[in-house]
Amino acid sequence: MSLKSKLHNFKEKHRSKKWLPAFSAIHTFLFMPNETTHGGTHIKAADDLKRTMNIVIMAMIPCLIFGMFNAGYQHHLAFGEIQAVSQGFFSPEFWTMENFLVGFWKIIPLVIVSYGVGLGIEFIFAIIKGHEVEEGYLVTGMLVPLIVPVDTPLWMLAVAVVFGVVIGKEVFGGTGMNILNPALTIRAFLFFAYPTWMSGDKVWVHGAVERANEIASGANLDAVSGETILGSLAQGLQHDYSISEMFLGFIPGSVGETSAILILLGGLFLIFTKIGSWRIMLSSVLGAIAMGLIFNSVVDAGIITEGSKFYGLMSTVWWHHLIIGGFAFGTVFMATDPVTASQTNKGKWIYGFLVGFISIMIRVFNPAYPEGVMLAILLMNVFAPTIDHYVVRGNVKKRMKRLKVKTA
Amino acid sequence: MALLSKKDSKLILDPLTDNNPITIQVLGICSALAITAELNASIVMAISVLFVLGLGNVVISLMRNIIPSKIRIIVQLVVVATLVIIVDQVLKAFAYELSKTLSVFVGLIITNCIIMGRFEAFALGNGPWRSFLDGVGNAAGYGIILVIVGFFRELLGSGTLLGFKVLGDPIEKTGIYAIGYENNGFMLLSPMALIVVGIIIWVQRTRNKALVEDH
Repeated sequence: MSLKSKLHNFKEKHRSKKWLPAFSAIHTFLFMPNETTHGGTHIKAADDLKRTMNIVIMAMIPCLIFGMFNAGYQHHLAFGEIQAVSQGFFSPEFWTMENFLVGFWKIIPLVIVSYGVGLGIEFIFAIIKGHEVEEGYLVTGMLVPLIVPVDTPLWMLAVAVVFGVVIGKEVFGGTGMNILNPALTIRAFLFFAYPTWMSGDKVWVHGAVERANEIASGANLDAVSGETILGSLAQGLQHDYSISEMFLGFIPGSVGETSAILILLGGLFLIFTKIGSWRIMLSSVLGAIAMGLIFNSVVDAGIITEGSKFYGLMSTVWWHHLIIGGFAFGTVFMATDPVTASQTNKGKWIYGFLVGFISIMIRVFNPAYPEGVMLAILLMNVFAPTIDHYVVRGNVKKRMKRLKVKTA
Repeated sequence: MALLSKKDSKLILDPLTDNNPITIQVLGICSALAITAELNASIVMAISVLFVLGLGNVVISLMRNIIPSKIRIIVQLVVVATLVIIVDQVLKAFAYELSKTLSVFVGLIITNCIIMGRFEAFALGNGPWRSFLDGVGNAAGYGIILVIVGFFRELLGSGTLLGFKVLGDPIEKTGIYAIGYENNGFMLLSPMALIVVGIIIWVQRTRNKALVEDH
């Protein structure tokens, strides 16, 4: 008897046990279930929920690997141990083993905590409710480590994951029923609960917080800071990152959000595999461009001058907004979440456009936290069903009219 | 209970659990969100509502046969407003700091749905003693939830209880970790009050399935 049929028999034998969902979650993850439907006509398709999730994770892997190198690179750069990159994407200063190891040991624990805690809750809820474990957390668990600062304490991440999965998803009925994107709920919880760990100029570079604590306790050391570009701009300061550095991702920021080019590749991959909606990505970029142009023209018209606290971000060239901060990452991987985004095609255009538009608006007008993508997507998540409702109503109305013309 | 008949004691005990004004009837949520960031504010608010609702119910019940039904809402408002102003003045005189924390929400007891709800639903149709018990019961049911929410929000949000330090500040920092309690700023924001009330509702309905509404 093969292992596969042994496992199947084991499952049949313990069918009534309470812990069975936990077993079959692992079982179906490794093997296709033996229980297939019989009779009738079925559409045969390879892309079930698990495969969909796996493709999204594959699209994020380059960002994760780059994030590991970047975490080490920012750490060594801030401590003055290496030179800044000089030769584009394949600079030898960047792709070193030292950089990778520093990032690896910082980021792998984040991934493990995120998956361990999140899947643990999924298992507990599946056992209590007596349904199969749903795969919804696979993508969330990978998104979470990519959208937090590298020096986030692990316990903090665990608390946030518990909150995000239970309050953001399970109370609504689990995977597919949630109103808000769970990964962003987790991020929002972290931001509102522990703002000092989610913003400022220390958390983005590994070791900066530790160095600040040492200085506070009397050590005679140089302070290390790693202000994000958005942070500098919001304070009206200049930053000295070149366009190519911003585009390629050699800048401080959350783990996976810095490299616009890898996110772009991931986005193209999602569009090519038809997992992500190109309508949402495109309209979101259009929305951001529209808002950026409005702000630029406000500055050009002289309404906002250098003295204003909004000048720094308002005068940022409109297309720079697309490659700094978390905008690209949010647009490609978060706004396109099929559960929380609009479902109708026309609704997707409206939803995406408003995500981009509001992102840049919050970014400029919220100096305390110069990143609006998270809040903009959460806001539009709430409105997505309303948008869909009116799109569907409009369609029904149009068809009713056509029907009347025909019958009359 | 020897003091109260079985029917009367039900008036007090029901609102505490299975007919709680906040978790079952979902009334009076606004103040539960606004003033529960500190435990002492919750307690003072609970006592104020207890005073207003207990006394108000008695007054309305005494007048129930002489109030013309067309203007009964205005009469009820006058009664609540009078009692609330008394509470407000007492707080200003004897607990000025607290009254500043509670700010406009003492005045807003007038608009607390529980109070008008009990006047309409109970005091207009029952005698003063039973109305008093009903008022006290409902105010206590409201107060219990306020105190529970205030307890968790102050404890987890500021690490204090009634202003005393309970959970210590982070000390002995090693790297990004420290021993101690890191205050959770989210607990101090209103959305968290809503979520805590939601969790109480969840727990209550899990323990007593009869409370789950059909839909």
